[in-house]
Amino acid sequence: MDMKFDAQAEGFRAEVRSFVESNLPDDIRAKVSEEEMILPRDMMQRWHHELFKQGWGCPSWPVEHGGAGWSDEEHYLFEREIALADAPRPIPYGVVMLAPCLMEYGSKAQQEKFLPGILTGDQLWCQGFSEPNAGSDLASLKCRAERDGDHYVINGSKTWTSDAHVADWMFGLFRTDSSGRKQQGITFLMIDMKSEGVTISPLENFEGTHEVNQVFFDNVRVSVDNRVGAENEGWGVAKYLLGLERFGTAEVGRSLASLGRLKTLAKTVKVGSGTLLNDSDFMNEVARAEIALRALEVTEQRFLFGPGGSESMGAEASMLKVRGTEIQQDILELAHQALGYHAHAMIDVASPENDHNPAAIAKAHYNFRKTSIYAGSNEIQKTIIAKAVLGL
Amino acid sequence: MNFTFSEEQNLFRDSIRRYLEETYPFENRAKTLEHPNGYPEELWQSLAELGWLALPFAEEYDGLGGSAVDSMIVMEEIGRVLLVSPFLSTVLLSGQLIAAAGSESQKRDLIPQIGAGQLKLALAFAEANSGYDLAHVSTSAVKEGNGYRLNGAKCAVFNAQSADIIIVVARTSGAVDDQEGLSLFRLDPTMDGLEIKNYRTHDGGTASDIVFEDLFIPDKALLGDVGTAYPHLQKVIDQASVALCAEASGAMWAISEQSGVYFKTREQFGQNLGSFQALQHRLVEVYMKCQLSQSLVYDAVCALDDFDVLEQSADGDTTNIAQKVSQKVSAAKYQVGLDARSVGQEGIQFHGGMGMMTELPIGHYYKRITMINATFGDPRYHLKRYRDTMCQSIISAT
Ligand SMILES: Cc1cc2nc3c(=O)[nH]c(=O)nc-3n(C[C@H](O)[C@H](O)[C@H](O)COP(=O)(O)OP(=O)(O)OC[C@H]3O[C@@H](n4cnc5c(N)ncnc54)[C@H](O)[C@@H]3O)c2cc1C
Repeated sequence: MDMKFDAQAEGFRAEVRSFVESNLPDDIRAKVSEEEMILPRDMMQRWHHELFKQGWGCPSWPVEHGGAGWSDEEHYLFEREIALADAPRPIPYGVVMLAPCLMEYGSKAQQEKFLPGILTGDQLWCQGFSEPNAGSDLASLKCRAERDGDHYVINGSKTWTSDAHVADWMFGLFRTDSSGRKQQGITFLMIDMKSEGVTISPLENFEGTHEVNQVFFDNVRVSVDNRVGAENEGWGVAKYLLGLERFGTAEVGRSLASLGRLKTLAKTVKVGSGTLLNDSDFMNEVARAEIALRALEVTEQRFLFGPGGSESMGAEASMLKVRGTEIQQDILELAHQALGYHAHAMIDVASPENDHNPAAIAKAHYNFRKTSIYAGSNEIQKTIIAKAVLGL
Repeated sequence: MNFTFSEEQNLFRDSIRRYLEETYPFENRAKTLEHPNGYPEELWQSLAELGWLALPFAEEYDGLGGSAVDSMIVMEEIGRVLLVSPFLSTVLLSGQLIAAAGSESQKRDLIPQIGAGQLKLALAFAEANSGYDLAHVSTSAVKEGNGYRLNGAKCAVFNAQSADIIIVVARTSGAVDDQEGLSLFRLDPTMDGLEIKNYRTHDGGTASDIVFEDLFIPDKALLGDVGTAYPHLQKVIDQASVALCAEASGAMWAISEQSGVYFKTREQFGQNLGSFQALQHRLVEVYMKCQLSQSLVYDAVCALDDFDVLEQSADGDTTNIAQKVSQKVSAAKYQVGLDARSVGQEGIQFHGGMGMMTELPIGHYYKRITMINATFGDPRYHLKRYRDTMCQSIISAT
């Protein structure tokens, strides 16, 4: 047993670190360091373009499609280093989710049509799975796609669609048959967001962020060429997609960066004649969070680099999401508590001694309540573990 | 980065598990505990034959040169089957302390005997008012002629009752909380003037409270150099703390697995307990705690092994790194302690009325876990120790 990375891996880590150091634009770094998960289109694309030029735009893809051909350790260290440096997360929907589905289930023509735009980052995607009445119980979705010759005609709506307002395309699940089991009769389609009949209606989170939307479809025509997999067999594609993410679900790197900021905050927030560092109760909480994060970090490493490697990771990965999001929320909550009265203002009120930005921290702390809800809520993840790992 | 055990380690674990399951099945536990020391005497010779007793010691003292990972393997298996034995007291506490602090001739004399199963030892360090602070020693050893005069008292000396030698931590100089001025003495438990009160402990083992009243001990009873015991003691207690975490981790996994089996077999309201989501999610919490705790045990064990290598090769000052290692030990002792406690409590609750019965292992795991928490520092103590180091590094970070 050996918990150190070898010299070659450390060399790679240094390469990533220095690349990010010299290529990450300051405005983007500043936004990410304020715990902004949702970036404007322009920022997403500028950063992706830097990575693309380096050959790191879609590193997890197979080499023949433009991937980097990295080992598991290299993938891990890449995600870790970009997170620690406050670089944006990889673009999730096109790069991480759709592209592998196209490689697995898509036609050659679809791969040729869509992969290049995803690789360069010129084409952004969104994910149309959830509906007002189909969230955790995704298979009960109702948004209809009726066959009309070589087209489907879509009617209904998708909701909580992140980035629909910045995306060029949506991939989603649509009901093509309601006669059998609910998992049957679902079809996976790709829709141009500029199609006639698509209306994007913004939704506002309680903390004021606009990141999700409801997307309405009114007789939207989609060519059968934009179907991935067979008609009525979209559920299989969706299951493949949802099982994809092995790296980064725990967001350990991001949480380490947040924890670093929390510690700096503790050092700078003045309380009486000292700082929060002198408040042993508060620092106990920080210590507790740091230990929990370390336990998660090693657990993720054990899953990725244990016997069998990352390929053998199954439903255990669900626990990384559960604990990872709990810890994210915990750290931001502590940051919020550290701010005391300063956490109330919705704008940054200048404070000469303190260089932190309380408004952003407070807002992020509200925003991050979402993390235990989306991408399979933590309750659903626990049910997955109960069934698939514990056999209950 | 590699989390795979070596072929040798896997065989070692298999041999331990086979031996323990065959020799100490839970059904016989009550009978086994009827032995006055909580274990049958033949156990010790078997452990010597299996290589446990020589495991961590250097080859020059007839040891096997095992790593902290190897000790962890033994302790995890001990935890699974609730083995009562003086293994920790003799090998990982007293033996390792002799290896760290003893003179060359003391090591040559004692360690091979420990490895061969000829000696059992106990370490007397805690006192009624010491809490978990190793430096708080009021037992005094005052130089007098060709020996020392010992006064004071020790409590909770595990396995003193069956020990051939008791090592006592006593103050030869300095004030009661000073790290300087602590020395180690070896005592023959049968010597005159030693007041020993033996008792059984909740986990089925034994411990003793010992009083020294003007007890004269000769110079040759001194282990290692006078006044320098603290850093050695600290290091050995850190190592033993991680060993206890490994034992707790073994117990946690056993609780989790046994609860899973119970959920699949026990029926109420016409269905398995495991079909109730309120219980499913709680068992998932238990499972996650087992995984996370195990990770921190690995983390601490690897830090101990890395530090060992470093100490042997480096000539510079290693205090800074030693502090980091201690911090990892505290992280494990804190989190494992907290999680083990909750897993133990959940395990009992999951079994309902049966969970309260002595014929089920669950409650016995919980008792052992609880005792582990109250040994070498409870979760609160270790969180504080972790925090202090963390705050220091925040201050020194630029
Ligand atoms: C910020 C944000 C971004 C999102 N982005 C997208 C996106 O881009 N694309 C997309 O398709 N969707 C997206 N979603 C939707 C998200 O996937 C759903 O919100 C999620 O799956 C939960 O579904 P729901 O909201 O309908 O809650 P419900 O399913 O109604 O659940 C409500 C509560 O009940 C619990 N619950 C539900 N069923 C069970 C059960 N069987 N056992 C125990 N507990 C249960 C849930 O855990 C939750 O706590 C996003 C959501 C958010 C908040």
